[in-house]
Amino acid sequence: MIAKNLIYDGTFDGFLSAVFYVFEHKLKQVRIQNEFTMQQGLFSDNETIVTEEVKANRVWKGVKSKLSSKGSYQLYYAFLSEQIGVEDFLLDYMRYAFEKKSNADKDYSHPSVLKIAQLAKSVGREKHRMEAFVRFRLTKDDIYFASIEPDFNVLPLIEKHFKRRYADQKWVIYDIKRGYGLFYDLDHVEIINMDFPAGFDFTKTESEFFATQEFEFQKLWQDYFKATNIESRKNMKLHIRHVPKRYWKYLSEKQPN
Amino acid sequence: MIQKILKKKEEKELSFQRTQEKLKILADAAKYDVSCSSSGSKRANTNKGLGDATGMGICHSYTEDGRCVSLLKILLTNYCIFDCAYCVTRKSNDIKRAAFKVQEVVDLTINFYRRNYIEGLFLSSGIFKSADYTMERLVAVAKKLRLEENFNGYIHLKSIPGASDELMREAGLYADRLSVNIEIPTEAGLKKLAPDKNREDFIKPMVKVKNEIIQYKAEKKIIKTTPKFAPAGQSTQMIIGASGENDFQIMQTSNHFYKNYNLKRVYYSGYVPISYDNRLPQIGSAVPMLRENRLYQTDWLMRFYGFDVSEILNQQHQNLDLDVDPKLSWALRNLHEFPVDVNTADKRMLARIPGLGMKSVYKILNARRFRRLNWEHLKKIGVALNRAQYFMVCDSNQFEKRDLTPEKIKGLILQNSNSKYQKTLSNQLSLFS
Repeated sequence: MIAKNLIYDGTFDGFLSAVFYVFEHKLKQVRIQNEFTMQQGLFSDNETIVTEEVKANRVWKGVKSKLSSKGSYQLYYAFLSEQIGVEDFLLDYMRYAFEKKSNADKDYSHPSVLKIAQLAKSVGREKHRMEAFVRFRLTKDDIYFASIEPDFNVLPLIEKHFKRRYADQKWVIYDIKRGYGLFYDLDHVEIINMDFPAGFDFTKTESEFFATQEFEFQKLWQDYFKATNIESRKNMKLHIRHVPKRYWKYLSEKQPN
Repeated sequence: MIQKILKKKEEKELSFQRTQEKLKILADAAKYDVSCSSSGSKRANTNKGLGDATGMGICHSYTEDGRCVSLLKILLTNYCIFDCAYCVTRKSNDIKRAAFKVQEVVDLTINFYRRNYIEGLFLSSGIFKSADYTMERLVAVAKKLRLEENFNGYIHLKSIPGASDELMREAGLYADRLSVNIEIPTEAGLKKLAPDKNREDFIKPMVKVKNEIIQYKAEKKIIKTTPKFAPAGQSTQMIIGASGENDFQIMQTSNHFYKNYNLKRVYYSGYVPISYDNRLPQIGSAVPMLRENRLYQTDWLMRFYGFDVSEILNQQHQNLDLDVDPKLSWALRNLHEFPVDVNTADKRMLARIPGLGMKSVYKILNARRFRRLNWEHLKKIGVALNRAQYFMVCDSNQFEKRDLTPEKIKGLILQNSNSKYQKTLSNQLSLFS
């Protein structure tokens, strides 16, 4: 029998709609693929899934009734890892959860459960890193602007954190890699797409766009960063393990003077 | 008019340079305080103000020595009337001195916080004029941040030894954490290195804060709106390797403070030589980082792994092994407790297997409800089998059957592991070979 290949639109609701389809048609041999990253199989039987919120919600409700709250958030976190093939692990995990009586999410000796737990852990780490490494710069129009390029799609996960924390300032966090951002207007957070001037360099703070005092505080922060280091304990290996080089370009303290 | 504007610009420039200079001096002087914790508070942003100190702490960056940068850690001033031998800001030391104004610290904190550089402020100070005079200024900064700036981020204030109870009470109302560093683990050591300080002065504010926290917790149960009092508790710090104490004495002191003053943390800070004073290790001698690491491991075993300090350090074992971690060292001395069957053992015993952290312990407890675990499962869960394999059995007939001596096991483990301290270790070992 030819494996069915379900193609969804890349959203979480889309994925859940695909899962709904799997259960509805009692499919055994099936793959679920994101339309943007899908790989064409030679003899696959493709089916495009229409995202339907009602179906997605039904699946999600079912999942939640079977898993602990940690289990269901791990599932969502792992989905945001955008790893190729993660959908198949998620499906296997959900199938296992539905056939088990309860607590399937604690069975770390099941391959899919462990895989999802590990992916969720990586995504969780990236979320935490972004909460740490976002560096706001004050623009001329009084908006605190930050650009990021996270390994995983963590913007949906960090929204609440930043909204709660910076309730009294306008801010934008923009994911350059995925081309969308969050904008907080002192009231609520919305998802935005922005056009940047041609040749705009995200790693530079140019006086054309940024407030004058911005430069002073960046300088003070860099000075502080240097002064708080203890030279006789220098340990660059540890430093780089904590602050991997790929994040340096957006860290104010790591900019060349 | 133009001249006026120019003058104003010049003044601004000057004030920036002054702040810059002060920041360099006063951050440099504060860096020997190792605490940078920003977790454990429960200060939510409810007033639509700035900041939120709920949940876990965040390290926003790491210095090149690999330490977390979570708070703006500065001294209010490095002028000091005391002359403690181990301290860079001691009166007799010939260094540049500076002092922040209250408003300057407030501005720096707020502007760093708004850019997501920091979780909050850690403000300490040299003691100028008197303990109360100094404490009053520290409190003034915290008060201004809370009341005028609506700041809900994390504030850690240093309790100045000898400060009055009234000031300590006020400090606790605005700060999330208070700490007073005992610095030298024994009274004899303190007498030698800081003759003008006495232990009671350190203890007094600690007792006051402890009692206030107990009272706050009791009142909170009855009246929900009781204003918070130092919700992230108190901590202290000891310098390691400055005054000749052994590990047994250090951990005894640590245990004493955890038990009697309900401390959240005791920090251990390997002494960084900063002086030619002949009572102290000379400039150029190595910072005892490995020893510091072993002390932290012991601290963790005490607080999270159910060990009593006397099991690890006692009259017979006054110093921690440097080449193996304290849990392994304990296990080698107590081989009669092993091997442990991971499929049946209780949490307490699982936690005592070398190579198993508490995370693995919980994973094993959960996973073994579904099936009996074998080596493959344990490896995937993340157990450090190179150490653990000699101390456990699982669902497999392959386990260590030889009757190995502790020395033999230690040798096998060291052969198959890579320590980041290899270089330090091989130097130290060759001394005795």
